[in-house]
Amino acid sequence: MSHKERNVDLAKWSGPKRPYDLVKEFVIALLVVSVLVAGLATLFGSPDQKAVTLQDWAKKAPSDFIATTTGELAGTTISAAYGAPYNDASEGLSLGPLKLQKWAGVTIPVDPKYDFVIEPLAYSKDSAVPIALDQWNGASANQQLTWATDYASAIEKAGDSSKVTSSNAFGPVPAMSAGLLALAQDGNLDGLLTTSDTPYPSDFTKPILFLADGGYLDELGAAQHLHGDQWGMMNETGSYPGQSWLWLFSLWYNVEPFKSSENADAQIFFVLFLLNLGFIFMPKLPFINRLPRLIPIHRLIWRRYYRENNL
Amino acid sequence: MATMWTTRLRKSTVEKFEPQDILPDEQPSYVASWIYVFGVLTLASLTVIIITGLWLTTKGVTWWHTSSVGHFVNSLHLWSVELFFVFMVVHLWGKFWMAAWRGRRFATWVTGVIAFVTSIATGFTGYLIQTNFDSQWIGSQAKDGLNAVGIGSFFNTLNTGQATLLHVALLPLVVGAITIWHVILVRRNGVVPPLDANEIAGGAK
Repeated sequence: MSHKERNVDLAKWSGPKRPYDLVKEFVIALLVVSVLVAGLATLFGSPDQKAVTLQDWAKKAPSDFIATTTGELAGTTISAAYGAPYNDASEGLSLGPLKLQKWAGVTIPVDPKYDFVIEPLAYSKDSAVPIALDQWNGASANQQLTWATDYASAIEKAGDSSKVTSSNAFGPVPAMSAGLLALAQDGNLDGLLTTSDTPYPSDFTKPILFLADGGYLDELGAAQHLHGDQWGMMNETGSYPGQSWLWLFSLWYNVEPFKSSENADAQIFFVLFLLNLGFIFMPKLPFINRLPRLIPIHRLIWRRYYRENNL
Repeated sequence: MATMWTTRLRKSTVEKFEPQDILPDEQPSYVASWIYVFGVLTLASLTVIIITGLWLTTKGVTWWHTSSVGHFVNSLHLWSVELFFVFMVVHLWGKFWMAAWRGRRFATWVTGVIAFVTSIATGFTGYLIQTNFDSQWIGSQAKDGLNAVGIGSFFNTLNTGQATLLHVALLPLVVGAITIWHVILVRRNGVVPPLDANEIAGGAK
């Protein structure tokens, strides 16, 4: 930008002016937008697929529920091995030497084995559950892990928890899993996971973490084109535009090297951070700030002005 | 007197503006393009968002699941948000091609970008508090991104209470304040003149 031009930009415009009714413009815009919004809302409405409950999951995919419960006891589920902010099970993701996830700390303590399984089982009406819990609590950590791991393997091998032949090798795990399944099918587990801290729940961390550890929620998401590789970040259920403004976020999950990176979440956040900084400081970026001159779309925008001034 | 805080505040704020600058009834002749409409359309959409959002707020987060009126108001809110982003993106592109940051208008550009980014955060929290499958899914997926960079330790996408308060209180306050600041800057600095306007009559005093 030349010195002369900078002076012009700072100066009050002394050239020709024209009447411009800002208030009228706003009122007309408000009316136009209101009519457009009302029309779109009337024609298309808005999506409202009912929330999934633990009861739905336990009734519709009992084997997945049992396998997930066993995984919580074995410590092999996503949330059991998550790290901050829920637990210290892993260091979480990092950006090179920056272990931001770990450094932020455990601020929302969740112990999936106890919070999702053992604690709720105290409310089970199944007479086999207290005996199973006694056996579990009286065993060593290694023994507990062996029982849970062996049962998880047997379910995976059989393909369905109902096809697993009962065995003492699984200890109390089948009884505990079955007890939790019954609690969930009766609809009690949903409340137990949300009201353990207060009878006025507004925090659904525990039930959703548990639900997301299983495969049922994932299948529902895929059916609604909500997976990352389906550009799900910007989609919502049904055929609605969703958060289309997140396209730049969603894009990176669909391209290498991020697509196959285990650290994609942290890396993409960093990329977006840099892009946003670039967006803010775009007027200061060499070449980018020259693009409006190099690609003269401004000639179209101000065509009347340039025409009237023979430019 | 000049050392009084009140005096300083008045001098640095209200005394910076002439009534004609705050609500002008004329604009430079070059302000004659459809692209200028998208700024005011964005503001109009924001107004509809606020009105419909307040309506939903007075009834609570689950009202729209059980009431046909509530569902319609939710639809109004959704579509006003969709239009808001469309208009804002066109407005931003327009300002880019006009190099609208020229001449002490860098702050106007920055406040516009920040308004865009904070609007995305506000929209995101809106999706989290729908209390339906979308909320569950989006909360469950988004937590991993936020947790990966440590933000999740302070903002829990699965805590509907926290997301609700952010969506209806803190974030609208931020978006509202930054938008007002943006509009004030536009009014104070005026609409950016055409590129090369210095070479013709009217550009220079």
